[in-house]
Amino acid sequence: MNMNDILTIVLVLIGAPILGCLASGIDRRITARLQGRVGPPILQPYYDVKKLLSKDNMIVNPSQNFYVIVYLVFIILSLLMLVFKQDFLMIIFVYTVASLALIVGGMSTGSPYARVGSSREIMAILSYEPVLILYALAIYLLTGTFKLTAVLDASSPLLIYTPLIFIAMIVVLNIKFKKSPFDYSTSHHGHQELVKGMTTEYGGPGFATIEIAHFYEYVFLTGLIFLFWASTPIIGVLIGILVYLLIIVIDNITARVYWQWMLKLSWSVLLIISIVNIAYLYYSQAKLV
Amino acid sequence: MSLAKSPWIIHVNVNSCNGCDIEVVACLTPLYDAERFGVLNIGTPKQADIMVVTGSVNYKSVNVLKNIYNQIPDPKVVLAVGACASTGGIFHDCYNVIGGVDQVIPVDAYVPGCCPRPEAILDGVVAALSILEEKKKGNIKGKEVKLKGNEVPSNA
Repeated sequence: MNMNDILTIVLVLIGAPILGCLASGIDRRITARLQGRVGPPILQPYYDVKKLLSKDNMIVNPSQNFYVIVYLVFIILSLLMLVFKQDFLMIIFVYTVASLALIVGGMSTGSPYARVGSSREIMAILSYEPVLILYALAIYLLTGTFKLTAVLDASSPLLIYTPLIFIAMIVVLNIKFKKSPFDYSTSHHGHQELVKGMTTEYGGPGFATIEIAHFYEYVFLTGLIFLFWASTPIIGVLIGILVYLLIIVIDNITARVYWQWMLKLSWSVLLIISIVNIAYLYYSQAKLV
Repeated sequence: MSLAKSPWIIHVNVNSCNGCDIEVVACLTPLYDAERFGVLNIGTPKQADIMVVTGSVNYKSVNVLKNIYNQIPDPKVVLAVGACASTGGIFHDCYNVIGGVDQVIPVDAYVPGCCPRPEAILDGVVAALSILEEKKKGNIKGKEVKLKGNEVPSNA
């Protein structure tokens, strides 16, 4: 732990929510423009969080606050682990703990809307987790280690060897961002899904914490896409931004589907193309250099 | 200023004829686009700031109205939209109607009309924003409205 590491941590803690806030604002603006509206200011998510923090915290039970804090802390932890090039498998597990905390928080309130939203989020985890694990496996096959240092130090990009997993990851991001057509556990910008899904019983500062955690999550998930072309950082960032914009467009041109459809899509198409990619890597003995 | 920049509204229909509801929803359409002021139509009272009530209160809906009002965290304002919500309107002397929303919960702003134009509703929301800011500054809390049974009036 030297001075440089502490500086990086501070930079991530302050910079990530600003980036996430702007990304969320741009998302709302683009969505509004695609619908023929003017749309809110770019800084609208910041105003929302500021307002929510100034409201009373109305809770059903005290443990609700604890789960929200766990969600925020583990999201930040997974983002920091990504920045410090840690074990990719471990990052996925830490990230799953964060998602589980939100589910347990929703379940603990006892509201039927929150419960149905939480059950649907469990289904979402069930459908995207295998693809994430296969992504980690692909990194292992290519570099011989789960450590991200190997990926980030390599001179050739990951995308050349894992194009099918890249396509699968776009759908995974769509599920994780809770964007249409998979926005049924809870949804953003005022769409009412089961009142408000998992977050129905959160209000004021508790909901603000969830929003801030979402800002970190935006950066973390875009970071997973960045890894595909980490050898030239500028192209990696560009791909991250492009995928984010693509997800906003998909959000606006698709209608919500049943959760069964998502499960079928991910366990048939996504899993098969990922396994085909893994098989190619295994038999060709390709190595990332 | 933070409250005035992102007012989230919850729309409650207590026995409205749907005329005002259509006008409230029209505010969110591309023509009027309430979201450019940060207005969101939110589903859950726990995250709402402004309660938009349409329709006259009757003995079936009074407890629902009180319950939703109690669940909104402070600071909060109530906006009565339409003639029925303001005074009871043409239904004021119906056997099952209590009257305007202000008979049950404290109302901060009224939007008259049957039904009011979307511009008038947006104007009402903007008027409610300054009241919301004042409540925040003065730390004024909404009193909890006690729930009673669905009692029938003695003269019915």
